[in-house]
Amino acid sequence: MYESTKYIPAGDRAVIVEFGNGISPEINTKVRNMVKSIDNIGMEGIIGILPTYRSVQIIYDPMVLKYSELINAIKEMEEDIANYSSTDIRIIEIPTIYGGKYGPDIEFVAKYNNLSVEDVIKIHSSTDYLVYMLGFTPGFGYLGGMSERIETPRLEVPRVNIAAGSVGIAGKQTGIYPIDSPGGWQLIGWSPLSLYNPTENPPVLLKAGDYVRFVPIGEVEYLRSIKDGEVYDKD
Amino acid sequence: MTKIRIIKSGTFTTVQDKGRWGYEGFGISVAGSMDDFASRVANILVGNPEDSAVLESTFLGPEIIFDCDEIISITGGNMSPRINGEPIPKWTSIKVKEGDILSFSPASSGFRSYISFSRGLDIPEIMASRSTFTRGKLGGYKGRKLENGDEINLGNGELSNTGSYLASSFIPLYGKEKEIRVIMGPQDDYFTKKGIETFLSSKYTISSQADRMGYRLNGPQIEHISGADIISDGIVFGSIQVPGHGFPIIMMADRATTGGYTKIATVITPDLSVLAQMRPGDSINFTAISLKEAHRLYREYENRFKEIKSIVKDNSFEFNEIRKFNLKIDKSNYKVDIIEMRGEIL
Repeated sequence: MYESTKYIPAGDRAVIVEFGNGISPEINTKVRNMVKSIDNIGMEGIIGILPTYRSVQIIYDPMVLKYSELINAIKEMEEDIANYSSTDIRIIEIPTIYGGKYGPDIEFVAKYNNLSVEDVIKIHSSTDYLVYMLGFTPGFGYLGGMSERIETPRLEVPRVNIAAGSVGIAGKQTGIYPIDSPGGWQLIGWSPLSLYNPTENPPVLLKAGDYVRFVPIGEVEYLRSIKDGEVYDKD
Repeated sequence: MTKIRIIKSGTFTTVQDKGRWGYEGFGISVAGSMDDFASRVANILVGNPEDSAVLESTFLGPEIIFDCDEIISITGGNMSPRINGEPIPKWTSIKVKEGDILSFSPASSGFRSYISFSRGLDIPEIMASRSTFTRGKLGGYKGRKLENGDEINLGNGELSNTGSYLASSFIPLYGKEKEIRVIMGPQDDYFTKKGIETFLSSKYTISSQADRMGYRLNGPQIEHISGADIISDGIVFGSIQVPGHGFPIIMMADRATTGGYTKIATVITPDLSVLAQMRPGDSINFTAISLKEAHRLYREYENRFKEIKSIVKDNSFEFNEIRKFNLKIDKSNYKVDIIEMRGEIL
């Protein structure tokens, strides 16, 4: 964490409010509190707010809001957010079918780390991951806190198409692909939960500050739930 | 029916408006018109709100048949627009009739052309925008570029009998070499003094990898102090990323919301429209200006639209039948169209 926050212009209509130069829950808490504070105040002239690991990018309309006014308002908010306590923590459970055709790389991940497939599943699903930020594709959450015991490098040759819902590992990171896209992550499972739906508001399931918990389910259980008309929804 | 049908799609035509702002925090790209200036002026010329949806074409525009009378306007790069084979002027309102066919040639100057429709394109809003984000299969017409045979409904509004044109002093000149003004940062402190000097004193050429997402540039390599990776943070329209290879990439309308490469500088808003009209092979020089100066230019840019609206109002004319004559002078044949305009022409 920096001793004093940095305000860095990103062009003529955005400013980056940077709290530190690391990935840590403390810095990220400041980021999320700042976003809450801006949302609460609802300042005219602010067009977009993008929380990241360690900064908040604020997009503003210079015709409505002067840069100096914006910075002054942020400084005031910073004094307030120092007193925020972390409340209303959401834990999103992600039902995940591990291995087989749903996670074709799980055996490689196990072998690479001298573990059994069962160990990989156990380790991967026994951590609550903090959603630090969203980016890359709609609804993609950057999750923190994966155990180094299952750390695995990316594929040498990326796949041309990875199905939406695929759960993967890349180095120390883990994540879920919200939409079909190319990618080089080791796929260990798949979730029937939809992370992105453009017709809903908000269109994405995860938001920065949520915790994600992977809950192993069996293929049979999944297929039965479809047959019984049970739908995995966002609650 | 009030609709248009795409006979030939051209190179790459999509529905765009001001973009999908306010959803960056969800990882959703903003998209929107690449050339904000041409897109907004096209709308002003047909009497629409400036942020209405238009068709944006890259390099070669579409061939469109109209199933209704309509007033359109074509702005941006010069793709030699024609109605039923006859050339029509750009930066002016044009009345087309049911059955008319609009067609284009490859751009002779500039790179992107905009078509506005006074009835408006009947395209559903998704997250407060009609812009197409093709990589996310989101918005616009079925989330994709237009294809042969596509049909788009237009609104049912009454057509006005007046049109207008933009005075030539407001029409941008497109060129193959341009100066692009930037604000340094947000990560210019990741570059050596030499690296910054290289960036600001060299000519960079737009590579063949240049699309709505970003322009990769060729030119001298820019030197980092130690590495090109940062902890991923936000990207805006005009962010100039420099990855480890040292060549800059300018992020454009369909940019990702976040990225993990150092950003040496950011292009100012008015110059994004200039960039949008440049194509592979064209070259640019970067000039750094202060934030204060950039904001002065931003206000000037925004105020220009107010001025344009008032000029366009002064330049209004009534649509009348176009009278066509075939003249023969000194053994040469000339086709002459006479359009009667009323009102003061400046």
